[in-house]
Amino acid sequence: MATYRRFDATNRVLHGFLMLSFLGLAATGLPLLFGESRWAVILATLMGGIHIAGRLHRVSATILILVFLVHLVRVLKQLVIDRDFGALWGPSSMVPQPRDISEMIGHFKWFLGLGERPKFGRYTYWEKFDYWAVFWGMGIIGFSGLLLWFPTAFARILPGWLFNIALLIHGEEALLAVVFIFTVHFFNTHMRPEKFPLDPVIFTGRLSEHELREERPAEYDQLAASGGLAAIEVGPAPSWVIPSARIFAAVVVSTGVVVVVLIVLALIQGRG
Amino acid sequence: MARRLGLALATILLFLGSASTAGAQAQPPKAPANDDCLACHGDAEAKRENGTSVAVDQKVFADSKHGPLECVDCHKDLATIQEFPHPEKLAKVNCASCHDEEGAKYHDSIHSWAKEKAGLAVAPACADCHGTHDIRGTDDKTSRVFRANIPATCGSCHQGVLDKYRVGIHATKRDAGNDAAPVCADCHTAHGIQRTDTDAARLSVTAECGTCHAESMRTYRDTFHGQVTRLGFVRVATCADCHGAHDIFPKADARSMVNAANRVTTCQKCHPSANENFAQYDPHADRHDKARSASLYYTGKFMDGLLISVFGFFGVHTVLWFSRGLKERRRRQ
Repeated sequence: MATYRRFDATNRVLHGFLMLSFLGLAATGLPLLFGESRWAVILATLMGGIHIAGRLHRVSATILILVFLVHLVRVLKQLVIDRDFGALWGPSSMVPQPRDISEMIGHFKWFLGLGERPKFGRYTYWEKFDYWAVFWGMGIIGFSGLLLWFPTAFARILPGWLFNIALLIHGEEALLAVVFIFTVHFFNTHMRPEKFPLDPVIFTGRLSEHELREERPAEYDQLAASGGLAAIEVGPAPSWVIPSARIFAAVVVSTGVVVVVLIVLALIQGRG
Repeated sequence: MARRLGLALATILLFLGSASTAGAQAQPPKAPANDDCLACHGDAEAKRENGTSVAVDQKVFADSKHGPLECVDCHKDLATIQEFPHPEKLAKVNCASCHDEEGAKYHDSIHSWAKEKAGLAVAPACADCHGTHDIRGTDDKTSRVFRANIPATCGSCHQGVLDKYRVGIHATKRDAGNDAAPVCADCHTAHGIQRTDTDAARLSVTAECGTCHAESMRTYRDTFHGQVTRLGFVRVATCADCHGAHDIFPKADARSMVNAANRVTTCQKCHPSANENFAQYDPHADRHDKARSASLYYTGKFMDGLLISVFGFFGVHTVLWFSRGLKERRRRQ
């Protein structure tokens, strides 16, 4: 059976750095939000003190900002230099479109056994939500984080009360991002019954003909009709990729589950 | 002259007494009783060779916390001495032989370090704060370590600090009859006093502020400085860094470090290029207090709404998908 390319190497590497820096930011930032909990103190101590955690936080933040900038440059290049406007609208665009709403409604109907599963295309509505959640999160957490990192510099032009807002949304939005990624994103991509325990596509960049047909029939039909399938056909992933991806994903996913459990425990123990 | 004679006589009697007991070899020498000691030291004129007094006022001692004790309970080396008058140089009284907990704390304190290690002879040991034969309990209004008398006791060395403390809000509140307002020992502890620039001292003093100022502590913990210090890193602002230590004043007072006119200078202690804008940051912001900061209050509400709607929607989405996915999986198998 044929294998097709879904994510190019640059995007996979970018996602890898995104993942690692995100984990780093979560591990070094969460202790501040949950300082009353024993685990926060233990985690801070393990990292060599919260001041070391603070440095790791800023290193991770720099990596993530670079990832974001590289992505923006790639999109801009596609638009400006390649004159390829597919990123703005259409089946290979991340921009939400009317079909996303009808597909979402259709998906709920399918959940309840009230209809066929919608014929999803290259990017589904929940994948677009993930994408824009990160995009929005980068803006909100990134900008508020920079405010808190360089307060005296920003205070030359911005009022002081904005730093209080920045501190609040930096923490709340981070909590949203961490819990969302470690529950909803992990479920949608890896833990739902069709995929459990791992969808390796982000590591291999490849999906099988069966997956493409079953899960993204609109994309498959369009590619088949336009003869584009041959262009994205690739050989199977090197044999070491999937086992490594399994180990890596197992570590990341179980870390995520532990973090969510700790957050829930801390919330139950009563955080104003 | 008559007194001198009396002293000599008492000494001879004592000497004879001890000589006669020494004759019975099996018996350990009998320790002198308080009356034996007072035979000499009860004399208000009793002096060392160099003229300094060795008198013990019997009434003051009897009234003291240690009134029921024997002299030799503290002056242990005299319990076994047989020759009187005893030598002038005696072993130091070791309070820790009974008060071991206080002794251990004192041993690790800056006062002990200064006295024993740094050679600062005037640094205090037990007697400098508690007295000697006139020791009184902390519940005794005439005691040097009675709550209200502590500032004066500490101030007998730390005069400059006492002057600052006297004008500050804590002393003012005490003068107005609020006995809960702190004295030196509340923040610095009594026996285990540390340098205030050590991490442990900065953390413990900060925690102490919170025992009265619970609301300020809560909002401090909700903002960056407090989040960081809670995890043990104290190179960020604690209470005293912004509010001062001894000469703390209410915000409205022009002398206060957090008075609007002084705030920028206070921030600049840690943030050298802080400006007016920077100093508008509220280190005790409260997202639940609309009156204090409406912008923060509504931002908090918005974030709450965002979190609830995202997790509400995707919670339902995930549960429905999971159950449908399981059914699908079973159907295919």
